[in-house]
Amino acid sequence: MTIQQTDMATYNFAYLDEQTKRMIRRAILKAIAIPGYQVPFASREMPMPYGWGTGGVQVTASILGPDDVLKVIDQGADDTTNAVSIRAFFQRVANVAVTTHTKDATVIQTRHRIPEETLGKGQVLVYQVPIPEPLRYLEPRETETRKMHALEEYGLMHVKLYEDIARNGHIATTYAYPVKVEGRYVMDPSPTPKFDNPKMHMSEALQLFGAGREKRIYALPPHTEVVSLDFEDHPFEVQKFDQPCALCGAEGVYLDEVILDDKGGRMFVCSDTDHCEKRREEGHRGPLAAEAPEMQS
Amino acid sequence: MYVAVKGGEKAINNAHRLLADRRRGDRSVPAVSLEQIVEQLALGVDRIMSEASLYDRELAALAMKQARGDMIEAIFLLRAYRTTLPRFGYSEPIDTSEMRIERRISATYKDLPGGQLLGPTFDYTHRLLDPDLMTDGEVDEGIAAEAETGRTPRVSEILANEGLIESDGELPDDHRTGDLTREPMEFPMERDIRLQALARGDEGFLLALGYSTQRGYARTHPFTGEIRIGEVEVLLEVPELGFAVSLGEIQVTECQMVTQFKGSAKSPPQFTRGYGLVFGQSERKAMAMSLVDRALRAEELGEDIVAPAQDEEFVISHSDNVQATGFVEHLKLPHYVDFQAELDLVRRMRAEYEENQKKQEGNGGDTLEAAE
Repeated sequence: MTIQQTDMATYNFAYLDEQTKRMIRRAILKAIAIPGYQVPFASREMPMPYGWGTGGVQVTASILGPDDVLKVIDQGADDTTNAVSIRAFFQRVANVAVTTHTKDATVIQTRHRIPEETLGKGQVLVYQVPIPEPLRYLEPRETETRKMHALEEYGLMHVKLYEDIARNGHIATTYAYPVKVEGRYVMDPSPTPKFDNPKMHMSEALQLFGAGREKRIYALPPHTEVVSLDFEDHPFEVQKFDQPCALCGAEGVYLDEVILDDKGGRMFVCSDTDHCEKRREEGHRGPLAAEAPEMQS
Repeated sequence: MYVAVKGGEKAINNAHRLLADRRRGDRSVPAVSLEQIVEQLALGVDRIMSEASLYDRELAALAMKQARGDMIEAIFLLRAYRTTLPRFGYSEPIDTSEMRIERRISATYKDLPGGQLLGPTFDYTHRLLDPDLMTDGEVDEGIAAEAETGRTPRVSEILANEGLIESDGELPDDHRTGDLTREPMEFPMERDIRLQALARGDEGFLLALGYSTQRGYARTHPFTGEIRIGEVEVLLEVPELGFAVSLGEIQVTECQMVTQFKGSAKSPPQFTRGYGLVFGQSERKAMAMSLVDRALRAEELGEDIVAPAQDEEFVISHSDNVQATGFVEHLKLPHYVDFQAELDLVRRMRAEYEENQKKQEGNGGDTLEAAE
């Protein structure tokens, strides 16, 4: 048998070999040069399943240096099982410093959310992407959608949004809401709620998107124009919540609905756990804060 | 009372510990050894090697043991290991006419040079459960027919002498064989990449697609020209030496499906071919692969594309079971942020709907309460 002992020392820093990292960095550079354009890359099989964030993990592995501070979130939270697992993976294979504080992180890998705290210069946000092609559910063929992007042929998308309005009175897309990048490429923001779309616009942070199974990387360099598709008479709107976070009292943030009992009792709390904890440390209290367990920092 | 979900790490560790416990099962039953798996569950091991694209029986057995017999999980384990291995070169094409044959059958000729060899096949067993296997009884040594030594020509070569079958085809001198695992996949693809994808494609998926062609969804009138199973030598050209050296032998199953073809604007009437080649002994996979390979050549041969099995992008995008299982199973990961967004929309649209109903009927209040 030729397998090495399962000593992680036998793997390269951040798991991927340097040749692979170089290949991925080239794809990232190309993606940065053409904002919103999906660059094919030779995605590798990772030691976690496709669908668990293999694209994001490969991007993070390729940009991570020994001095980086990594934060991993899933659904906005640092403590969901897959976020815990990915964070533990990089601690193991890169021995890199980790944090839950948005502000302290140099690299943030995320699934389904953008942190509430505005990201700054020098930070990189890495998105895990399941289906990178915004036109996929309108046209399943890659051969066709690549042509549509090349010709800037986005009529189909506008027709879809228009039909939503005609049928329902609303655009019935609530997450993975399509955006136009620098007036050129229509891009899938990954399945983040449309609430987060405005945070992408003119962000000071570098935003990288990795789709492992679909073998695509795309990017938004800092200060890139990102516009959610809409119509003059039906302007883009984000979700609004009727109540503040029950724990920290925050308004204008994205909330999770938590079911309390089987009699319709529910509460709304921050989806971004770090943001919520920070606010509570600062003394903010929501209506149900007393019932929450003691903070552990 | 709201309890924040903390301690994910502890839960994960405990889950892994429980998994290891369940994998081992009852400790009073001896653990199965890798040798036992390699020797006695050989066809399962072969499937893992094939779909993981790594020829190593012992590692495939380890993967099967670790995966508790879950084939796709085992294939995934072996693939994830394969990815970390350095490439030190590409072998010469294997020559299956030089195969040390253990089984070789043709459905198109009663007899042919090299002969027909049944070999170790289930084909004519009566599927009656054998109670003798409930204990470790004596099993007689096998009797193998004397295989003819020397070259065994492929059926395609025999037909080619008459000029009735398409040739192997020529590639331009500068053609470099692609590597599915090292380059991004793009459609439409060349046949070399397509065959690589089919060789590691899911046996069940290819079986169903191949079956669909037989039932009329892009019928190809197939005949099993030949199936052969045996050992072939793998040679590597070493630039420093200037000649090819042998790396050893591997067992493969090769299937050449011969299909009738009436001709089209692009090609004359002749027999065309579908090709299947997999590691180890797996006729079902090799045959299904050759049916699908032939169906996917529709464009090249100028046939109408009317059925799923002919649709390259559909077939190749969905044939990989590690990718498929990942995306299907990822639905069990948390999606509550997106679900919240959908909840909000459906509630809003539902409220508007009730409002409209109320306006139209003048009294819709009861139904609204019932819906809440």
